[in-house]
Amino acid sequence: MNREPSITIDAELVPGVAPFWRDPEKRAIVFQVVALILVAFISYYLYSNTQANLERQSIATGFSFLDKEAGFEIGESVVDYSAADSYADALLVGALNTIKVSFIGIFFTVILGAVIGVARLSTNWLVAKIAGGYIELMQNIPILLQLFFWYAIFYESFPSPREALSPFSGVFLCNRGLVFAVPEAHAAHAAMGWAFVAALVIGWGLHRWGQRRQARTGQIFPSVRVAIVLYLTLPLLVWFIYGAPTGMNIPTLNGFNFKGGVTVSPEFSALLLGLVFYTAAFVAEIVRAGIQSIGRGQIEAAKAVGLNTGQVLHLVILPQALRVIIPPLTSQLLNLIKNSSLAIAIGYSDFVAITNTTINQTGQAIEGVALIMLVYLFFSLSTSLFMNIYNKKTALVER
Amino acid sequence: MNKTVNKTTSDPVDKPIIEIIKMHKWYGDFHVLSDINLKVQPKERIVICGPSGSGKSTLIRCINRLEEHQRGQIIVNGTELTNDIKNIEKVRMEVGMVFQHFNLFPHLSILENLTVGPIWVRKTPKKEAEEIAMMYLEKVHIAEQAKKFPGQLSGGQQQRVAIARSLCMHPQVMLFDEPTSALDPEMIKEVLDVMIDLAEEGMTMIVVTHEMGFAKSVADRVMFMDEGQIVEENNPHDFFDNPQHDRTKLFLSQILG
Amino acid sequence: MNISPHLSPRSGISAGWLRSNLFNNWYNSLLTIIILLLIWQLVPPFFSWAFINSLWNSPAVDCRDIDGACWSIIPQNIDFIFFGFFPEDQQWRPGLAMFLLLGLVFYSKDRNHWKKSLFVYWAINLVVMGTLMYGGVFGMPVVETAQWSGLPLTFMLALFGMVAGYPVGVLLVLGRKSRMPAIKTLCVVYIEMIRGVPLISLLFMSSVMFPLFLPEGVTFDKVLRAQAAIILFTAAYIAEVVRGGLQAMPRGQFEAADSLGLNYSQSMRLIILPQALKIVIPPSVGILLSAFKDTSLVVIIALYDVLKTTKVTLSNPKWANYSTEAYLFLALLYFVCCYSMSSYSRKLEKDLHTGH
Repeated sequence: MNREPSITIDAELVPGVAPFWRDPEKRAIVFQVVALILVAFISYYLYSNTQANLERQSIATGFSFLDKEAGFEIGESVVDYSAADSYADALLVGALNTIKVSFIGIFFTVILGAVIGVARLSTNWLVAKIAGGYIELMQNIPILLQLFFWYAIFYESFPSPREALSPFSGVFLCNRGLVFAVPEAHAAHAAMGWAFVAALVIGWGLHRWGQRRQARTGQIFPSVRVAIVLYLTLPLLVWFIYGAPTGMNIPTLNGFNFKGGVTVSPEFSALLLGLVFYTAAFVAEIVRAGIQSIGRGQIEAAKAVGLNTGQVLHLVILPQALRVIIPPLTSQLLNLIKNSSLAIAIGYSDFVAITNTTINQTGQAIEGVALIMLVYLFFSLSTSLFMNIYNKKTALVER
Repeated sequence: MNKTVNKTTSDPVDKPIIEIIKMHKWYGDFHVLSDINLKVQPKERIVICGPSGSGKSTLIRCINRLEEHQRGQIIVNGTELTNDIKNIEKVRMEVGMVFQHFNLFPHLSILENLTVGPIWVRKTPKKEAEEIAMMYLEKVHIAEQAKKFPGQLSGGQQQRVAIARSLCMHPQVMLFDEPTSALDPEMIKEVLDVMIDLAEEGMTMIVVTHEMGFAKSVADRVMFMDEGQIVEENNPHDFFDNPQHDRTKLFLSQILG
Repeated sequence: MNISPHLSPRSGISAGWLRSNLFNNWYNSLLTIIILLLIWQLVPPFFSWAFINSLWNSPAVDCRDIDGACWSIIPQNIDFIFFGFFPEDQQWRPGLAMFLLLGLVFYSKDRNHWKKSLFVYWAINLVVMGTLMYGGVFGMPVVETAQWSGLPLTFMLALFGMVAGYPVGVLLVLGRKSRMPAIKTLCVVYIEMIRGVPLISLLFMSSVMFPLFLPEGVTFDKVLRAQAAIILFTAAYIAEVVRGGLQAMPRGQFEAADSLGLNYSQSMRLIILPQALKIVIPPSVGILLSAFKDTSLVVIIALYDVLKTTKVTLSNPKWANYSTEAYLFLALLYFVCCYSMSSYSRKLEKDLHTGH
């Protein structure tokens, strides 16, 4: 409703009022009330049916089951877990597994997608065609089929641990998964981690200082090169200080399986490979479209001003390309998170899989499905929020 | 302007076909139209001019309820414009509108553009609607394009079709919202000629335009609007030769060069 | 910045072409050499596995003796893979239904056929297909929906998901754009909720929750429940796509329709929607494509689409080792269908853009 002004107007005439059944505002209210009543009615009908059915089948309601003992083992977990823990713990393990595969998946997808997207635009005909072929192939085969394929490769094509393939020393591929050596746990590692964080902070600080100096004196500070040197040398320095520990935790064959090292399960590997290869195809198209959205004139104008290739990239091309790339990119990465729910089909214990087991054991389907939807809604809505903020901040100012 | 048009001879005491009484409109806090009072007689031709943002387009869009007014009364052909849907529909049948950007329906042929209103609003049988449509297409000299689509026509042709489309509804009043502003210069004349023909046949017209030649030769009254108010109105002769207000003088000097 | 290479149509593969497209600078030359080496390493062994040492239609035992691919798994099991549990002697019915469907799809591709009569043809075709599948008339024994499996199930889930989902989606987006807060909120909540969750959760909902919603004694079979879930899912995505179309409509169109006196439903039906829906045809084909791929998810709720029938075939110990061959065949099948859909959509987009 528009606000009334504070100045008085003599003999104010308000437009006549219509009988309420012809007044659009009143009609709208009536319509909405009817719609809400209908929705309420249907909800009530469904609700009462559900109550009756739950009672008949002696299914409990409510979330008290979360405290009960789960009674099932979980194949792999980021945190410690045993069958004696509660359902809530089990669900947490599932959620962490989902986050694990999603984040690692997103990392590799963005890299692979960017590489293939750029390759698609290569001047080398072979490279461009192969990238294009990859994109078409991966986009047009359902992801579930791809997951089954990767899983079958692990379980059927890879031999048992005794005859494991070893492309490099210390790395083994077998039907128990990918097993590789890692540095033996040492105090130096934590310190190196902190050194890396310190490098980030110092690098950022130097970058800001360099920007200010550039504004004052015009001298350009090589932030990127300095940053790279910092990230590499500081942790290395710490490593030396701790006596340069080189102990490796090497997997060795012990009976029927490997002991030591890190094992990445076939389920995780198959899911990761499937998600990454599938989503990267879509990301590649997005990256390609983003790069192509930059008119040739932009590059020519930038070069005409005298900027070198690196500067053209970082001052002119990337900001504009990113604006076009980021919205659909977040959409695709969200799809990756949603697709990780297919883990259940190949036996990886993600959130959906564990909730499914919970539903099977407790019979409480409604609470289970509601939990699944809530968790994924959380991911989607936070991504939407981020997207809206990003769009507002980077929108081109137009008339 | 080559044609001279007979000016309206209707008695000013006749019942006005449009009456606007103490009308105000706000967009949020912005007072876009203030204290508009206007009486339009049948067969009268009114030209409204003014700088952009003065509210002139908003004013005529209130007459066919494309915009809502918050205060005051608008009475068209005896029907008061309120929230009442029945009144709005009645008014829209009597008032035709021609837009700056033509707004023809690109997915319908020219003939279909003209018949959609009569068929669905006036419930005219299809054959009759098509006859009426062809008649008006002849009138605006564009009958041969009846089966074509808007995208195939030039701007001037499209605007003439738009005028014919409004005429097919047999309105009592025609509103024109800067009808030639989006046209290339060489097409302006063909549209203005059609509008002059309409005026000669006695159509009541309210035209928002910058075409001062048209105003001089066709209008019975010229109104100048600025900042939401009607600043000055007069017959064309006195309006152009003897503007009273400073704002009017400034505007005329800018537009007539 | 790299731009796509241009191939001059006349020269073909000549020395000049090679030089400008494969060896135009040092790193491209290096890449070309590496790629050619990789091809040399990988392609001949694959070729000999797939084509030279392979068997194409033999009993399972023979496959154990060969080094190559055992493609026989496909022809030997084709009835089950394609038609699942449909009674064997009646399998001509789904076969015919598929044939009719493909025929009509090809007919619809030509834009000259896009007239009102096309809707009629599709309506008739859907009824005929339904009758063929279900039976009960003309002496065809009834085959319950629970037995519909394999390819027909895949096509049906995708097709009906789209056909029924479209009107629901259009209603949703009209509700979302309305100015009535209650309607708008209901529609927005629905759309964002469905789009925010994975399809698998909706399929779970349909298979375990829907039965709880129904009064005692009333059952809907699993196929119909999954179909309902797919329809609800597709509708939300259609709503988003059509929203883009409506937003692209110039305001002047709404105003012209209003000023002629057309009411809301008339202006939507005659003026706005015909234009908006035409704009969003290409992304709509994209949604159909996704729906088609997503039907494979019903594997997880134990419905027998073509992916599940293949898996079941593989669970037979005779054929268990030949999953690669089976999956490659399925991949080819999906690829052919999906690629044609997506390249058609691209062509359509180009045509609609350059047309008036």
